Amino acid sequence: MNNVKSVIIVGVGGQGTLLASRVLGSAMLGLGVDVKVSEVHGMSQRGGSVVTYVRYGDKVYSPIIEKGEADIVLAFEALEAARFLPWLKSDGTVIVNTQQIDPMPVITGNAVYPNDIIGSVKSEGAKIVAFDALKLAEQAGSVKAVNVVLIGAMAKRLETDKEVWIDTIKSTVPKKFIEMNLKAFELGYCAKEI
Amino acid sequence: MKELLLGNEAVARGIYEAGGKVVSSYPGTPSTEITEAASKYDEVYCEWAPNEKVAAEVAAGASIGGARSFCAMKHVGLNVAADPLFTMSYIGVNAGMVFGVADDPGLHSSQNEQDSRNYAIAAKVPMLEPSDSSECRDFAKLAFEISEKFNTPAILRLTTRISHSRSIVELCEREEIELKPYEKNAAKTVMLPANAKPKHIVVEERTEKLAKWAESCEINRIEDNNSNIGVICSGAVYQYAKEALGSKVSYLKLGMVNPLPLNLIKKFSNMVDKVYVIEELDDVFETFCRKNGIKVYGKDVFPKCGEFSQNVIRKCMLNEIPEVKSVKEEVPIRPPVMCCGCPHRGLFYALKKEKVFVSGDIGCYTLGASAPLNAMDTCICMGASVSALHGYNKALGEKGEKKSVAVIGDSTFIHSGITSLIDIAYNKSNSVVIILDNSITGMTGHQQNPTTGYTIKGDPTSAVNLEALCKSVGIKNVRVCDPYNLAEVQKVLKEELESDGPSVIISRRPCALLKYVKHKPSLTVDTEKCIGCKACLSIGCPAISVKNKKASIDYTQCVGCGVCTSLCAKGAITTQEAVK
Repeated sequence: MNNVKSVIIVGVGGQGTLLASRVLGSAMLGLGVDVKVSEVHGMSQRGGSVVTYVRYGDKVYSPIIEKGEADIVLAFEALEAARFLPWLKSDGTVIVNTQQIDPMPVITGNAVYPNDIIGSVKSEGAKIVAFDALKLAEQAGSVKAVNVVLIGAMAKRLETDKEVWIDTIKSTVPKKFIEMNLKAFELGYCAKEI
Repeated sequence: MKELLLGNEAVARGIYEAGGKVVSSYPGTPSTEITEAASKYDEVYCEWAPNEKVAAEVAAGASIGGARSFCAMKHVGLNVAADPLFTMSYIGVNAGMVFGVADDPGLHSSQNEQDSRNYAIAAKVPMLEPSDSSECRDFAKLAFEISEKFNTPAILRLTTRISHSRSIVELCEREEIELKPYEKNAAKTVMLPANAKPKHIVVEERTEKLAKWAESCEINRIEDNNSNIGVICSGAVYQYAKEALGSKVSYLKLGMVNPLPLNLIKKFSNMVDKVYVIEELDDVFETFCRKNGIKVYGKDVFPKCGEFSQNVIRKCMLNEIPEVKSVKEEVPIRPPVMCCGCPHRGLFYALKKEKVFVSGDIGCYTLGASAPLNAMDTCICMGASVSALHGYNKALGEKGEKKSVAVIGDSTFIHSGITSLIDIAYNKSNSVVIILDNSITGMTGHQQNPTTGYTIKGDPTSAVNLEALCKSVGIKNVRVCDPYNLAEVQKVLKEELESDGPSVIISRRPCALLKYVKHKPSLTVDTEKCIGCKACLSIGCPAISVKNKKASIDYTQCVGCGVCTSLCAKGAITTQEAVK
């Protein structure tokens, strides 16, 4: 049971976190290990803070990841990385897209988006890989490829054959977007931390 | 072949493998994907019904006709379908009939946190509860068998974490089952008092037989870990308990959660010194144990409200709280909001400006209650917006009538708003009902409904004409407006609030997330013209914020709907070409 890995994928509804969890889940299924993926549907999907959990290993019981349990927090947005920092294991890694999306309380002036939130996460002693995934997605051809860029960055840090990921992406995304998504994956895989 | 299936998809697979022939459902998170996935199997007839009561009755008719049938719904949907459930319990089945009910502990997407296990007890029907996708498939099949063996509808109970978690399922082949012959038998299927009276006795006897079966069925099982502590649990909670407690305790895992196996529970409690009942929501197992003199720990240790997890169990049983890292700053909350380009936004902006009482309903548009729009006063249940508005206006008379509206989506209106509108017409209330027609069932993820003109399979079919329907029940004033046109919306709203007699305003524009809706390029802010007055923020679009004291539009989010442009007195919101 100790070999179970827990990856928590967080972001803003609409950013494509579900695809990331499905790709990771399918890749692990392909490797023949036990895997559970927990998704969000309905109300919470609508532009809110969204979270999906992926756990894999010899035998997975709980489909959800709790505070202090995540080996990786994959954050599609900077504030969400901070929100889910408590879910990280003491030796876990945060992979974060530096993009900032204001939540409604910030837009309406009832709250403030903290300055240098990524610096704050770092100062708590968390291992962190931060980079501008949006810029890389645009390089690949579409802002919508942010999720695949982030999958690339995550793949680099999981002990898994790169080909497994490429095959999974090919079989998950629509045919006409395969080329763009593979480019996005590669850019994420090779992304330099800023 | 192994597949990674959602619990809901696995239930659909179970229906398919069990030779299921008819599925009728109304969408509701977290149950929706059962029927969506079932509709991919050509051997299974699937449909979206107008509401859960209709769906359950369709399934009842199919069962009586001789086909294995299923209806899926969320927990509150079972309230709507409770009427057929309670009497089908008396009638029993011809071919197997299964209700799939998904509860939502933690209220991820619901208006209450009710526990459907109480329905199984009240309707006196068997209920199974799977704990992962593989069991979802197996238990769905078993539910059909139990239904036929004991001549009763069965309930398959799911919860959000089971419905919406993927785990591995080893697929099996479908077993084709011949239609069971229908034989006319009024004593069985016509529930006149004289026929129903003896049936009640049959139902009580059936419960005893089911309870006896539950004692030795494979899905109620003891995992003896040679511990002096025992845990009784079911469903997702079993997984949380295994995660938190591993082999430190022994388990009684209940797959059949109604009726309960008294002797098995007694045997288990005798194997250990201390028994914990770990159950989300109500104390159903605990009450059963206490009633039968079995000493257990339950809600004195665990919460009654909210969703459980491995950490909840660790905290309550082991007093373990994890040490965690957290940033020092306050992290602003990020509540769900209407999407960029959502057609509901313009309408709610107009309601906010008009300062009316808004009788709300269930759907994406319930988000109109959030800041900065704050344009909703009530949200009770499906269809209640229209009838509650009628009651509000009957209570307040003219004081209410000119300053109140109901808002209801197209699918919700068909579900149960139409009967309420008939009440308004029939009982003459001067009420204004706004149908938010976005041409789809939105919140649950884009299901067809009787107004869209397409079936669940995407085949063209007749579409309800909302204007004609409203007129036919006696509403003379029926207006249609485009919610992207703020001036038009405000004008129509004012006129109908002032007019005599009931009216319906249909605010019509397709959901911005529909594939066929073409988005325009992102708008932008001409910072030369913008004076930083923040008028554009009052519409609550997530793409608009303030950067360096000027409005700013996030080009990754904006879909160019243009509703914000009419709020800017300086004409500062414009196309990217215009600024270049």
